[in-house]
Amino acid sequence: MKQLKLPLAALALTALPGLALAQDGPAPGVNPATDTVFILNSLLFLIGGCLVFWMAAGFAMLEAGLVRSKNVTMQLTKNMALFSLAAVFYWLIGYNLMYPLGNWAVDGVLSGVFGPGVLEAVGITAEGADDYSYASTGSDFFFQLMFCAATASIVSGTLAERIKLWPFLIFTIVLTSVIYPFQASWKWGGGFLEEMGFLDFAGSTVVHSVGGWAALTGALILGPRIGKYKDGKTIPMPGSNLALATLGCFILWMGWFGFNGGSQLAMGSIGDVADISRIFANTNAAAAGGAVAALVLTQLLFRKPDLTMILNGALAGLVAITAEPLTPGLGLATLIGAIGGVIVVFAVPFLDKLQIDDVVGAIPVHLICGIWGTVAVVLSNPEANLLTQLTGIAVVGVFTVAASAVVWIILRATMGIRVEEEDEVNGLDMAELGMEAYPEFSPS
Amino acid sequence: MKLIIAAIKPFKLDEVREALTSLGVSGLMVTEIKGFGAQAGHTEIYRGAEYEVNFVPKLKLELVVPADQAEAAVSAISETARTGKIGDGKIFVLDVEQAVRVRTGETNLEAL
Repeated sequence: MKQLKLPLAALALTALPGLALAQDGPAPGVNPATDTVFILNSLLFLIGGCLVFWMAAGFAMLEAGLVRSKNVTMQLTKNMALFSLAAVFYWLIGYNLMYPLGNWAVDGVLSGVFGPGVLEAVGITAEGADDYSYASTGSDFFFQLMFCAATASIVSGTLAERIKLWPFLIFTIVLTSVIYPFQASWKWGGGFLEEMGFLDFAGSTVVHSVGGWAALTGALILGPRIGKYKDGKTIPMPGSNLALATLGCFILWMGWFGFNGGSQLAMGSIGDVADISRIFANTNAAAAGGAVAALVLTQLLFRKPDLTMILNGALAGLVAITAEPLTPGLGLATLIGAIGGVIVVFAVPFLDKLQIDDVVGAIPVHLICGIWGTVAVVLSNPEANLLTQLTGIAVVGVFTVAASAVVWIILRATMGIRVEEEDEVNGLDMAELGMEAYPEFSPS
Repeated sequence: MKLIIAAIKPFKLDEVREALTSLGVSGLMVTEIKGFGAQAGHTEIYRGAEYEVNFVPKLKLELVVPADQAEAAVSAISETARTGKIGDGKIFVLDVEQAVRVRTGETNLEAL
């Protein structure tokens, strides 16, 4: 993700030799070398952003497949709504809160830039670019927005099948306008976590653990689904459509190439393109490692492989490699992902023991493997310091839990966050929406 | 006339049907059912949580045959549906008072 942008002085230096050559080259004012860097960087953000956008479809399908059929319409509604609200509120508040570009209200902690994000003018030249040495503002905004929306998507899966629509959406607004961008500025906006050397390449902590912490806090305050835990035993509530869930997993897997690859933030040199290539290959390897680990482990522990765990295992591998997808080799990337897969297989039943009801396994995947991935940076990146990594994890965790808890508790006290018992049993589709995902399968 | 009711393992249906038709049985009713018997159910694991499957899926066959064909039909079903493992099913034989073919009004053996 984005570090501090280079000062404009660097642009002036690189632009000068280009002007001398401009006579027998392209049109005046065009510098092929540096223009190409700007163009390729912007292109990376646009393509990467499209891939990360597509993860919204992945989350929607994964969650639709893992909830029971009486809640599928609601889950899809939440996914459409949360993505769209994230787009609006990240523009209105989040983007500038996350990227102060050096204008801090509280140094390294709180951005001094408030208000909606603003694009560059139509048809700019190099001189009109906000940051000619980096990429177009539109591409940067588009790319960063998708990360914010991904954070919000994580929460909806955990709290599925029992939370009311509107309080959930209000939480989404607070998460995407304030909670996510505020803490993200500490690292990617050049704040104090960046200054102290905390490393999180594409967001194991900044994105995934934040979604996971918010989901965990919500799950604790909301409570488990009716009938999920009885006499200390966990009652399975099998998902409605494992084909959709599997499609969702593959879509997320594909989207992750943009998530991690785009976070190289530059594609204008051989080094950058080679690095992006490493990142694609490592990201894929980690997902495969996680899936294989979950496949083998569920066979050994549960006598039969569990597809839902294999899906979670692949996603766990992806989250685990996200903090450092560049420096490991393929072997280490596979191993980091595989450990993520192992974590998930143990963490899902463990959360059930604690009676924390996480419908799709988002807490093991995004929170616990997000922490694992952030720690795993020290395995391959010599610049990483374990204590610094742990500090970053803890700071982000404490802030996100505290902020989320305040919002959830206010929502519970004012409008209530949980549907009526009868509505929960009948399903949120009919109770809150009056519309079923599979009407032909239900008794009329 | 005898009514034969058999609960069998679902994957044995085609074999049983073939065995019965080769005996000259001219009709068969099949229903998907769940139930328990000696097999009683089993445990499965979903996302690490063990749970009981108390009712096992079976198929229920119902056929009415002339009394002198009943024994052959019963042994055809029991031989073809048998795997030797628990849960192969059960067969019951009942007397039938009357049979009517709806289309023609024929009764009893002519209706079968």
